[in-house]
Amino acid sequence: MTVLNIATSIDALPPPKMQGDKVNVYYGAKQALFDVDLSVRERHVTALIGPSGCGKSTFLRCLNRMNDVVEGARVEGRIALDGQDIYDRGVDVVQLRARIGMVFQKPNPFPKSIYENVAYGPRIHGLAAGRAELDAIVETSLRRAGLWKEVSDRLDQPGTSLSGGQQQRLCIARAIAVSPEVILMDEPCSALDPIATATIEELIDELRQNFTIVIVTHSMQQAARVSQFTAFFHLGVVVEYGETPRVFTTPVEKRTQDYITGRFG
Amino acid sequence: MASEHTVRRFDQDLDQLSATISEMGGLAEVQIADALRALRDRDGALAERVISTDPKIDALDARVQDQTVQLLALRQPMAVDLRVVLSSIKIAAALERIADYAKNTAKRSLVLRDASVPPAAIAGIDRLGRPVQAALKDVLDAFANGDVDKARAVWERDEEIDQSYTALFRELLTYMMEDPRSITGCTHLLFMAKNIERAGDHITNIAELVSFRRTGHGFADRRPKGSADLYSAAAPR
Repeated sequence: MTVLNIATSIDALPPPKMQGDKVNVYYGAKQALFDVDLSVRERHVTALIGPSGCGKSTFLRCLNRMNDVVEGARVEGRIALDGQDIYDRGVDVVQLRARIGMVFQKPNPFPKSIYENVAYGPRIHGLAAGRAELDAIVETSLRRAGLWKEVSDRLDQPGTSLSGGQQQRLCIARAIAVSPEVILMDEPCSALDPIATATIEELIDELRQNFTIVIVTHSMQQAARVSQFTAFFHLGVVVEYGETPRVFTTPVEKRTQDYITGRFG
Repeated sequence: MASEHTVRRFDQDLDQLSATISEMGGLAEVQIADALRALRDRDGALAERVISTDPKIDALDARVQDQTVQLLALRQPMAVDLRVVLSSIKIAAALERIADYAKNTAKRSLVLRDASVPPAAIAGIDRLGRPVQAALKDVLDAFANGDVDKARAVWERDEEIDQSYTALFRELLTYMMEDPRSITGCTHLLFMAKNIERAGDHITNIAELVSFRRTGHGFADRRPKGSADLYSAAAPR
């Protein structure tokens, strides 16, 4: 009899889109991340999991320099996008965030129309030459976010008039409207019901054809469902990183095992 | 296994599942022992009891199915827990098969009471049965204690059982050639021998599953096969 053998090596890894080397983050005197080395593979979904306060969201926010605006936050080490250090003095943070978009835990549409929510980014970044081109970007973005059919006849209505799941997809449409290369998602489904969650997860799976995605989630089932790579954070360090099927079937580290099987003390 | 789950009912569910399998294992052990004894002692009543006990094991197998389905649906086990649940289904199925072979052996021992067979041939079945009984006991211990080393030892020992089966196969052929009147009885004994040898194979499967539960893999390297020359023995010369 042959018993199912689970591959333990990561063969032929896709190239890293982003790479963190010895990343240390401090909030004032308190250190939140310790020498984190972590790669984000191109056109794949990387899930960051771990208990509250483990540093997963901190790491996510380092990836598009969101920690710059946090009082007393200090980032050490190197984080590269396509080999270029994003913390270099010459880097324009606004341009950087156009390349690395973000979707938050709670849907946060602007208090504007559905159309304006999506059109805002391309307009300020000067991505559209005229109204027709902008219309096209809005439509494509809403289509990619799986929202077009539901809102095409009411683009002038406020984004906040949509349901929670629709609002989150609107935020995803807004993020992809500026053609980013990487999309960061910070618990994008935690405020949604299971059906809206399934829609977003399906969307994530489609988006990874064109984008590199990093998702922070408290739901391990969600990490297992949507990601190809998983990093388990605990107390500010990456305890284990690997291909998702391997991490969820035969984790190497005892702490990973305890966490994903619900034995965390 | 590891420390306890935060949700304690989860541990209780997993413990119950293992308890059901241990119960099945204990019954299968008794069934094999009784089937061999019924043959050796020509004890018809005991053979009947083996046959009538079999539905109990089938019922336990069904209970394992129910428990695993419920665990999967309600607890969504991961990693080691998932392996425990999956291997439980397969171990239960293997034990059910082993008990079936015991039942079949008991049935044939009833038929054999009226057939003429050399006593040495019956002793041969007993000789084959003993290491299988020992392997079953050991693999159940290995299961109960999650002892991969012990499971591996059981797995490696199957070679001896295979060789012993091959020897018995030849022995039975000889008896049949010597005295054609023994063909009916010896054919039944051949099937019994095959049953016991197959039970041994299921025991090695269980041994691999004991390893899979703990490590995520079985015993990858090939076990030397002892029965290859069996087929040359059976071929016409």
